[in-house]
Amino acid sequence: MEFETATSPHLHSPNSVTRAMGVVLLALVPGIAAYYLIFGWAILIKLALGITTAVVCEAALLAIRRRPLWPFLSDLSALLTAVLLVLSLPPLSPWWLTVVGIAFAIVVAKHLYGGLGYNPFNPAMVGFVVLIISFPVEMTRWMPPQLLLEVTLDFHDTLGIVFLGLMPDGIAVDALTMATPLDTLKTQLDMNRSVGEILQQPVFGNLGGKGWEWVYAAYAAGGLFLLWRKAIAWQIPAGLLVGLLGPAAILHLLYPESSISPLVHLLSGATVLGAFFIATDPVTASTTPRGRLLFGFGVGLITFLIRTWGGFPDGIAFGVLLMNMAAPTIDYYTQPRVFGTGRKVQ
Amino acid sequence: MEVAHACPTRIGRLMLQRLWKFRGGIHPPGRKELSLSRPLETARLPARLILPVAQHIGAPAEPTVQPGDSVLKGQIIARASGSISAPIHAPTSGRVVEIALHPVPHPSGLNATCIVIEPDGAETWISPRHPIDDFTRLTPKELRQHIRDAGIVGLGGAAFPTFIKLNPGEGKVVETLIINGAECEPYITSDDMLMRHYASQVLQGLLIMRHALQAGRCVIGIEDNKPEAFHSMKAAVEAAGDPQISVVRLPTRYPTGGERQLIKVLTGKEVPSGKRPLEIGVVCHNLSTARAVYNAIALAEPLISRIITVTGEGVAEPRNLEVLFGTPVSDLIAQCGGYREDVTRLILGGPMMGFALHSDAIPVVKAANCVLAARRDELASGNPVLPCIRCGRCSKACPAHLLPQQMYWHSRAKDFDRVQDHNLFECIECGCCSYVCPSNIPLVQYFRFAKNEIWAQEREQHFMEESRRRHDAKQERIDRDKREKEERMRIIKEAALAKKREEAQKAPAGVHSAAPQGNVAQGAPSAESRLRITELEKRRSGTAPPDHEAPAPPDEESS
Ligand code: SF4
Ligand code: SF4
Repeated sequence: MEFETATSPHLHSPNSVTRAMGVVLLALVPGIAAYYLIFGWAILIKLALGITTAVVCEAALLAIRRRPLWPFLSDLSALLTAVLLVLSLPPLSPWWLTVVGIAFAIVVAKHLYGGLGYNPFNPAMVGFVVLIISFPVEMTRWMPPQLLLEVTLDFHDTLGIVFLGLMPDGIAVDALTMATPLDTLKTQLDMNRSVGEILQQPVFGNLGGKGWEWVYAAYAAGGLFLLWRKAIAWQIPAGLLVGLLGPAAILHLLYPESSISPLVHLLSGATVLGAFFIATDPVTASTTPRGRLLFGFGVGLITFLIRTWGGFPDGIAFGVLLMNMAAPTIDYYTQPRVFGTGRKVQ
Repeated sequence: MEVAHACPTRIGRLMLQRLWKFRGGIHPPGRKELSLSRPLETARLPARLILPVAQHIGAPAEPTVQPGDSVLKGQIIARASGSISAPIHAPTSGRVVEIALHPVPHPSGLNATCIVIEPDGAETWISPRHPIDDFTRLTPKELRQHIRDAGIVGLGGAAFPTFIKLNPGEGKVVETLIINGAECEPYITSDDMLMRHYASQVLQGLLIMRHALQAGRCVIGIEDNKPEAFHSMKAAVEAAGDPQISVVRLPTRYPTGGERQLIKVLTGKEVPSGKRPLEIGVVCHNLSTARAVYNAIALAEPLISRIITVTGEGVAEPRNLEVLFGTPVSDLIAQCGGYREDVTRLILGGPMMGFALHSDAIPVVKAANCVLAARRDELASGNPVLPCIRCGRCSKACPAHLLPQQMYWHSRAKDFDRVQDHNLFECIECGCCSYVCPSNIPLVQYFRFAKNEIWAQEREQHFMEESRRRHDAKQERIDRDKREKEERMRIIKEAALAKKREEAQKAPAGVHSAAPQGNVAQGAPSAESRLRITELEKRRSGTAPPDHEAPAPPDEESS
């Protein structure tokens, strides 16, 4: 009798890339649900659009690159990229914005660098940055939460707005869009208004952006789920939060009227999504334990700097991309001590 | 990182063994129940026993029997050759039928020299045998000699001759003797069974080892997934009433049974890389080895059998068997009800570190502790291999604290210098990294490949250096011959010239009056030049030491 030969280990855990990506997608479900409840249909329509675009682009590029379709399509990585990017885009923005962003993320940021595992930059964030630089107007027109709107947008209204730019009868574009809380803060701080005054505006709730608080709480719940499942390393979110909130706290203590509190930082913009879901992308982050702490800290710090003094309302995307560049170097200098030695790996 | 381990038992409270944690490791499903559901049995005597002469690390043993010889049970059939070696004994009485190449359990699948015995079924022991009632009357050296003669090697898998590990050497103090009963590989239960049935023998073996090492404290570490074994071992130790011996329950985690990991868990110390545990005052032996030592001393039985786990879903009736070395695996499987349908893989050892066998026509050897017959869906995950997503799980799982994804990357690129920079040779091939990798990358396979390539390169380099040396030496010899020939010619010519001059001087002519003084002086000693020629000759034939002008020996040259 002949037996098959293979080298040890002969056992394998049920881990797979599909699982790893799937659990992250699962953890996003509460956030997406909250998003839907507070902002309406737009997010679901955008997700459907984004996912379709991602799958089409992924399949096309795999075919062009002569890679097997199924193992790569089923790894869910393109799906995750699409979901993360869609969650970072204004929900009522025109359809092509989503399509362009995702196509760029998948085709250029991912496949032109070699596909899964080989991309040095977080594809979703590359897509985001390309969009915010190319289409700043569309990218900063966010819809307010439904409860701040005088009308309720139903499924058809939303479809019309997203795909055809059709406004429902009697509603002007301006009524449906406004700056994000962070954007509002930034422009108004530039106009020398005090933080206290600014936070009185309707776009702000009790803690951060109105309505957004709930979405972020749901993201955070998903993030904790990921930590509990050990699907992500705790070092990146921890580093990011320290890097962002630490300096923010110091600045806020020194200048309470002209700088926002760490709590507002935490509950506005992409802080929570970024900390748990974006900066933790394994492919482009640092891989050593200490490296991850540093990586997260860097993302947080850059975000703080951009939010406070930079030209963009939020800085997570830039923080992530800049730290992606630094990741190999960080890895190199943070290798763990080898068992039984006092020395590090050279 | 450090956890105090509260042991609920009385002896545990007395000893209060503190435990440490090693970084990394995994929790694969144990599957131990498979082979524990049936009682321990003795394996049937097969038609032929096939005994490889190399069943240990070190030089293969040399056969001392001829085909046609009859042998008795326990008789030496191959003697140890060299300082690291172990003899092989006849597992039963019978007749040597051949000494020839046979398939042996080795990953290479190559054949090796084996002594084949046809049992006569009488099980006649060699006599006389000399069991030792009181081992304390023997010196450590005498004990080691007995253990050496009994052919005992480490039964934990490494098969390193035990008497060497029982010899700490001059001036070395062994503070702790650790008995490894972790048995952390999934599926394997042979040590579990051993403790359940032969706890006191294991303990006696431990005492003998302690005496040989002149060690102080003894710790028996057992993973907490073997409560029955733990209790019977503990009962044996309690009965002995020696406060220096403790039995410790270890958290179940692979590879706790790795020597270095076990030492870390029990002592909190890391064995320095590239050093032996002795360096930190620890010696570690396997449970089964302890029992073999007991058998050798107290029963005067050499190492001829061991308990083997036959398990896996591919075999009908998994169980543990006491097996004579040389028994073909196929016999064991037959005794366990044969194969089930769709058995695809046969593994010698555990699923984490064992190796796959091509066929079951290979014999059980000293290092074997498990035969695992697996069905297709039992082991492989079936997922395709995907690119590394740098998730870092592999480095988190690595007990050697390596960065497998980096080593993988460099191994794939055949950048062996960089792989070595990442401490490739610290890799213990435990397989944790491959186990956890979501991309299903066979990481360990790459590391073995890299190690083999590096060894091959080193051999190649060595070979090239050798031939270069040989070539250089030959060239030197040719040059030297030429130089010597020229010198001889010169001396002869000189002598002839001097003679001529001498003759000319005798003649009354002033033509050569300007001849320099030195030449005159040189002209005289034709005897001296003859001496030099003979010296050269002697040197050529190797009887005279080379003078300082001779080429440096190749060793110095290369250094
Ligand atoms: S576990 Fe596999 S995929 Fe993850 S970093 Fe290691 S090699 Fe890469
Ligand atoms: S096989 Fe080697 S690299 Fe992989 S986990 Fe074990 S020691 Fe680390």
